[in-house]
Amino acid sequence: MPAMHVRLGALSAALVLAATLSTTASAQKKYDTGASDTEIKIGNIMPYSGPASAYGVIGKTEEAYFRKVNAEGGVNGRKINFVSYDDAYSPPKTVEQARKLVESDEVFLIFNSLGTPPNTAIQKYMNSKKVPQLFVATGATKWDDSKDFPWTMGWQPNYQTEARIYAKYILKERPGARIAILYQNDDYGKDYVKGLKDGLGAKAASMIVAEESYEVAQPTIDSSIVKLKSTDADVFFDVTTPKFAAQTIKKMHEIGWKPMHFLNNVSVSIGSVMKPAGFEASQGIISSNYYKDPTDAQWKNDPAMKAWNEFLDKYYPEANRTDSAVMYGYIVAQGLVHVLKACGDDLTRGNVMKQAASIRDFEPAGLLPGIKVNTSPTDFAPLSQVQLMRFKGESWELFGDVLSSDVGG
Amino acid sequence: MSAVEEVAEGHQAVEAVPKRAMTLGTGTSLVVLAALLIAPVFVKNFIIFQMTMLLIYGLAVLALNILTGGSGQFSLGQSAFYAVGAYTTAVLMEHFNVNYALTLPVAGVVCFGFGFLFGQPALRLSGVYLALATFALATAMPQLLKLNFLEHWTGGVQGLVVTKPDAPFGLSMSQDMWLYYFTLVVTLAIYIFSVNLLRSRSGRAFMAIRDNEIAASSMGVNVALYKTLAFGVSAAITGIAGSLGAIAVQFVAPDSYTITLAISLFLGMVVGGVGWLPGSFVGAAFIIFVPNMAESISKGLSGAVFGVLLFLVIYLVPHGARQIAIFGQQLAGKLRKN
Repeated sequence: MPAMHVRLGALSAALVLAATLSTTASAQKKYDTGASDTEIKIGNIMPYSGPASAYGVIGKTEEAYFRKVNAEGGVNGRKINFVSYDDAYSPPKTVEQARKLVESDEVFLIFNSLGTPPNTAIQKYMNSKKVPQLFVATGATKWDDSKDFPWTMGWQPNYQTEARIYAKYILKERPGARIAILYQNDDYGKDYVKGLKDGLGAKAASMIVAEESYEVAQPTIDSSIVKLKSTDADVFFDVTTPKFAAQTIKKMHEIGWKPMHFLNNVSVSIGSVMKPAGFEASQGIISSNYYKDPTDAQWKNDPAMKAWNEFLDKYYPEANRTDSAVMYGYIVAQGLVHVLKACGDDLTRGNVMKQAASIRDFEPAGLLPGIKVNTSPTDFAPLSQVQLMRFKGESWELFGDVLSSDVGG
Repeated sequence: MSAVEEVAEGHQAVEAVPKRAMTLGTGTSLVVLAALLIAPVFVKNFIIFQMTMLLIYGLAVLALNILTGGSGQFSLGQSAFYAVGAYTTAVLMEHFNVNYALTLPVAGVVCFGFGFLFGQPALRLSGVYLALATFALATAMPQLLKLNFLEHWTGGVQGLVVTKPDAPFGLSMSQDMWLYYFTLVVTLAIYIFSVNLLRSRSGRAFMAIRDNEIAASSMGVNVALYKTLAFGVSAAITGIAGSLGAIAVQFVAPDSYTITLAISLFLGMVVGGVGWLPGSFVGAAFIIFVPNMAESISKGLSGAVFGVLLFLVIYLVPHGARQIAIFGQQLAGKLRKN
């Protein structure tokens, strides 16, 4: 049946042709709003003013990093145009700025917008517009929800993950512990407490003997510390921001309370917590981290730290190098560049989310050794590893293995 | 100086504005209304959203204007009423599936009650003391919204996400445009109500109290009643503005309703002209757009730039937009004569 053969041949030829066509098509340049041959427009929202303005440094660092990337030729030949607006940490303003970025400035995506309430305010909008809300700057647990919000992705290890790791450690080292908790009365504080309770499981009710909370507007928390000491707890779970953490450590030392002290990762900066509180008072505190503290002497000759310093010298000389937010911005900006590079010439919003959800063992400069960025279509929590550390002398001493405990929403 | 004189002079905190000077002429009103009706057809959704926010903040400033410009009482606590209105709408919509339009009157009534009750202790205070008491209300509100036993309803610090309504009757119009026209209708209704209120018997009573409390009471005005009533009406309008705000922003959280909002509204009133109702919307435009302008001038110093701009406004036109309007009117009058 020669006729049949001919037909089959024609069919296969057509298939081959179709296959080649489709590969050439995928190699062709594809763009969504905000991307072109010369430029990728990235939106960002930061609290440059208002109660959380200390975090504005992150936006400034990112802006400096993208200037460096542009000076070195850009991403696949395209320059990054970074448009960053101030929302003063007020959710209605965040909505206005996000809409301005998406509808008026026509950015390609919104990257690393900061804060849990501001990001919650725009999450529904971003997902209905199908514009990526990539690597949000908040440690809340709810960003890892690829099913309901496929256009939103978190970045850093979330608070619950971290608290669960401490819980595991407590159960192993001191199963009969009497735990006292001090936390900031907001979403961040409550997330940590929930993580700890979940981690302790059924034993939580019997192990936790005292819970104190404070408002961020309070001038001092000395009375809370005195009260917690009176419960005779032998483990202290300390969920405070830097200013309060320094006060806590100092006060505990003054009144001679020496429990096993777990300090949340938010306040591990040596420059802004340990040093003001006093190194002597800080000995033995346990915490965890995922990036290198720039004020920690052990990283002085580390290549990543040298690169970081060179970058700051050239592009952001006025930066405060003891501020860990500068390191944070440096690392997350590398994350965005990594994703954009992976997109190649297919700069569509769908492809950005696809590439962001398939990061394998990426190690941006500045992370602790062994900690890697990993994502998958169901894992929207890029960083979920931390390492425990203990304060000794004048720096943190890492101990144990790199730990992970993914808590997904 | 007798005690009576002292009190009478001490109360002259707000400049007396005759009631006719509180509104715009009919011609001007119609032109503005036509512009507001047509504009959305030509602009992007984002601009429509900003115009909606302008109307909403305008309403909130208007409410404060009735209180301060009308009855002469200060309030730095308007953000609290705004928050109560916003949360009433959010809770009703998300937990009880109530239609968004029906939540507005509920929010109005709740806030009226809230404002009326708060007006009772406020009766004993006046001027700066009242401002301080309301200030306390504004600072307390975000923390009250975070309380544990309310968390089931308010969502605590996480806030509540509100669903944006679609245009009804199968109208082919974007959600933003529909919400804009909806807001415009509500705003118009409240504006007309406010103008009539100030022209009515109650309005005259408010102004009599503002101008001289003792004289007003000797003329038979029930000072206590009308002062609390002014608080109630102001709170109700602010609450409705809050409801609309919650629907437009699609999210409520304690961080949205801090003291900064109350101060912005106060600022909007001063910039628009105390006691001049149309100025409320000029003031709202100021508090929405000028911070953006300041940011575009300098990111790091946006606060300072905003301060300078505000200072210039207060220095050059201390009576706000009203002064500019009067100046414009006089100029037009002169031109006509020539």
